[in-house]
Amino acid sequence: MRTPIAYFLLLSGILFALGTVGVLTRKNALLIFMSVELQLNAVNLALIAFSRMHNDLTGQVLAFFSMVVAAAEVVVGLAIIVAIYRRRQTVDVDDARELRW
Amino acid sequence: MPLDNVVFWVFAPISIASAVGMLVVRNAVHAALFLVVNLFTIAVMYLLLDAPFLFAVQIVVYAGAIMVLFLFVIMLLGVDRDVDLKDRLFAQRGLAALLAVGFVAELFFALRAGIGFATKAPEGFDAVNDPGNTQAVAEVLFRDYFFPFEVTSILLIVAAIATMVLAQRKARAVTQAEMDARAATSTTPTTDPDPRELPA
Amino acid sequence: MVAAEAIPVSAADGALGLLWLLPAIPLGVAFVNLFFGQKVGRIAGVVASLAVLVSFGIAANAVRELLALPPEQRLVVQHLFDWISVGSFKVGVDLRLDAISATMILVVTGVGALIHIYAIGYMHGDPRFGRFFAYLNLFVFFMLMLVLGGNYLLLYLGWEGVGLCSYLLIGFWFEKEENAEAAKKAFITTRIGDSAMMIGLALIVFHFGTLDFEPIFGAAGEVLSNGAATAVALLLFAGAIGKSAQVPLHVWLPDAMAGPTPVSALIHAATMVTAGVYLVVRSAPIFEASSIALDVVAVVGLVTLLFAGVCAVAQWDIKRALAYSTISQLGYMFLAAGLGAYAAAMFFLVAHAFYKALLFLGSGSVIHGMDEEQDMRKMGGLFRKMPVTAVTMILGALALAGFPFMAGFFAKDVVLEIANTNERWGFYVLGSIGALLSATYIGRLIFLTFFGKPRSEQAEDAHESPAVMWIPLAVLALGATFGGWLSLGPEGRISSFMEPIVGLVPEGEAGLGRPIFYAVAVAVTLTGLILTWWIHGSGRVDWLAQRERLEPLPRASLNGWYVDRAYDLLFVQPGKTAAWLAAFVVDAKGIDGLVNAIGGGVKRLAQGGRLMQTGFVRSYALAVFVGAVAVLAWVGWRL
Repeated sequence: MRTPIAYFLLLSGILFALGTVGVLTRKNALLIFMSVELQLNAVNLALIAFSRMHNDLTGQVLAFFSMVVAAAEVVVGLAIIVAIYRRRQTVDVDDARELRW
Repeated sequence: MPLDNVVFWVFAPISIASAVGMLVVRNAVHAALFLVVNLFTIAVMYLLLDAPFLFAVQIVVYAGAIMVLFLFVIMLLGVDRDVDLKDRLFAQRGLAALLAVGFVAELFFALRAGIGFATKAPEGFDAVNDPGNTQAVAEVLFRDYFFPFEVTSILLIVAAIATMVLAQRKARAVTQAEMDARAATSTTPTTDPDPRELPA
Repeated sequence: MVAAEAIPVSAADGALGLLWLLPAIPLGVAFVNLFFGQKVGRIAGVVASLAVLVSFGIAANAVRELLALPPEQRLVVQHLFDWISVGSFKVGVDLRLDAISATMILVVTGVGALIHIYAIGYMHGDPRFGRFFAYLNLFVFFMLMLVLGGNYLLLYLGWEGVGLCSYLLIGFWFEKEENAEAAKKAFITTRIGDSAMMIGLALIVFHFGTLDFEPIFGAAGEVLSNGAATAVALLLFAGAIGKSAQVPLHVWLPDAMAGPTPVSALIHAATMVTAGVYLVVRSAPIFEASSIALDVVAVVGLVTLLFAGVCAVAQWDIKRALAYSTISQLGYMFLAAGLGAYAAAMFFLVAHAFYKALLFLGSGSVIHGMDEEQDMRKMGGLFRKMPVTAVTMILGALALAGFPFMAGFFAKDVVLEIANTNERWGFYVLGSIGALLSATYIGRLIFLTFFGKPRSEQAEDAHESPAVMWIPLAVLALGATFGGWLSLGPEGRISSFMEPIVGLVPEGEAGLGRPIFYAVAVAVTLTGLILTWWIHGSGRVDWLAQRERLEPLPRASLNGWYVDRAYDLLFVQPGKTAAWLAAFVVDAKGIDGLVNAIGGGVKRLAQGGRLMQTGFVRSYALAVFVGAVAVLAWVGWRL
């Protein structure tokens, strides 16, 4: 493969930044969650790039674990969002700024 | 031109574009679909980096399971509208954009100072992937990282149980009083109307 | 003055071992009367008087024992217990009996006992009878501690204690506002002197490392430079100025007459005010070590003598006239001390105690008989109505005026003679003028009160006092008349008694010869008496009209030459303004403002900080991201 590793890392960084912007900017909880998934993917990409760079499979295994845990996290997170929706009829995070209600 | 270069330079812009698209669109379903595209492109990157196993896993798990789950919930809750052009928090969008640019810039300079933009991947990864990437990964996974593997499986079980607990509604028998109340407020007629009272 | 030889200190054995009972008995009875005095009625007075009489007995016995010792050994110190022991600084409770303190304890307990007995009659019917005697006994205790103390700290203890008792007793009838004001004025004015004295004590500790008399007086000349000695002496003298009502701190004594007459007699004539004289005589070695301290003392005494004398001639209130007289006579005592005639000062003190107490108690008797009227313009012709009082008071007045062979004659003229023989002409002449003033004001008092026709209804109906009141008067009159034989000139008994402690009387060889001197002295006295008889007693002069012609001088004199007004304008009003400023400006606005501003500032800060807690998750996330980027930048920069 002829592409310099640094490009992959840079791509990973750009995707991560975009994901962060998404987290900060969106109001819908689900969209925020999706931006978080984007961030996780960017990190996975970086891990695998480093794994390639060092000729070590540890990075890939770590990325694998990251995916598994991300899956579990999505499951629980979505369940929570559904529960909140049932209670408040909204998934707007700006509406959830006081501990009461 | 080397094939992997071409692939990279085709899929990287698509990746970025789909990410931007996900950020911009108003409809949540559209955003989810953009994310799916993005996940696909990342899977291709994995392939470029000699990780075919993960390429497959990415598509199956991420794009296949997780995003489907997302779409289920979006459509279940019906929250696909995301209005409000102007963000009510002071300078939120501006600062976020600025910081993102700053972050990328930092990364750029770090990379330039560290690895440098010319270093290519070293040879010899084929030796690592010797019997095939999947077998190699399996060997590392089940030998060196067996304990975390088991713990992760427990984690998945716990997550499943947690979800079931979180999602359940309280089931409760409907009392006779409630039934009478429902009947009293209901507008559906319980008997047929008298023909003599129908309008002519 | 020729310095005295140091006397070896003897321990207190035998009868002298009971020395501590001397102050202890009045103290004990004072407490008894404080707790039980209200319930037992007249017995409280009797018990209190007995306590002082017993103390007098012990004192007399102790002095007898002292006299049994040869003159070079008449110094006894009884150490009771250690009071302060800090590092190398030690103060013990030591009672010291020597010639000076022996004289004082006899005066205090003797005259004190007589006044206690008088007070049983005078204070009869007062609702706080028991407490009065408790205070009187407490005063006797403190006065005894003052004169018996073997170190300056005990002296100061007694000093402050008598000041306290003076305050309590002046303001005894505190329901009347002016009595309470007078008590406060006395305490505050003497406090000024006391503060200076305290600094003097501190200087003594600084120079000598101890407050005990023996080491200090033995080494005063060597340890203290001229400047240091002057400083210490003048500071101590400042305390004496306050306590003994000398100019400029004399203003409290005329107002202190608001207290009951026995109080005026005991505290403000016989004992407390003489504490200043005692202090100066006791501290003589320190004063001697300074070149100017004694001169200052003499000048202050002289100025007071003349100033108070002028004021006394113009007073209408009988007690105020006697108060100014006391101030003036105290000036005489300081004049004597300032001239180096310490024994003469002490003798004057004794004589004055007798005749001034007599005059005060007599005036109390007069006031009693006049139905509490004190203005002499309303008296007159009381000789027929209260003969015993009149006779005793006349004897006291003659003693004060210096009538030949009475106590005052010997006292006063010893002082003038020393001034004469040492060629201190200023003191001699002005002192003689002071003597003329003394004779004048006391003659005026007697003639206005007892002679002529009664000028008011109370004078018409006046009556003599009960026996419990005129018997002490008679005893005091005896002392005033015959006490002079204790002195008999510079080589008299008192002088030789005191010599071991205070040294020889400075007798020079110059000046007017003896016969001329005595002729002049007697002439001065008789001039004053005859003059006042002519004006006030004979009925031939309309003294009210004559006085009117001299206005506004008599009015000024009556008001003490407006010194009180001056002090009010100079010190009291600014003080009140400063207090008002401190309370309502500095405290209310400044300090409270600062504290409130801090509180307000915190509140505003908190309210500002509160805005960070928006509750918006996205704001928090943004903050996290800001921090992350910043940290990365910093790390990147460093690397």
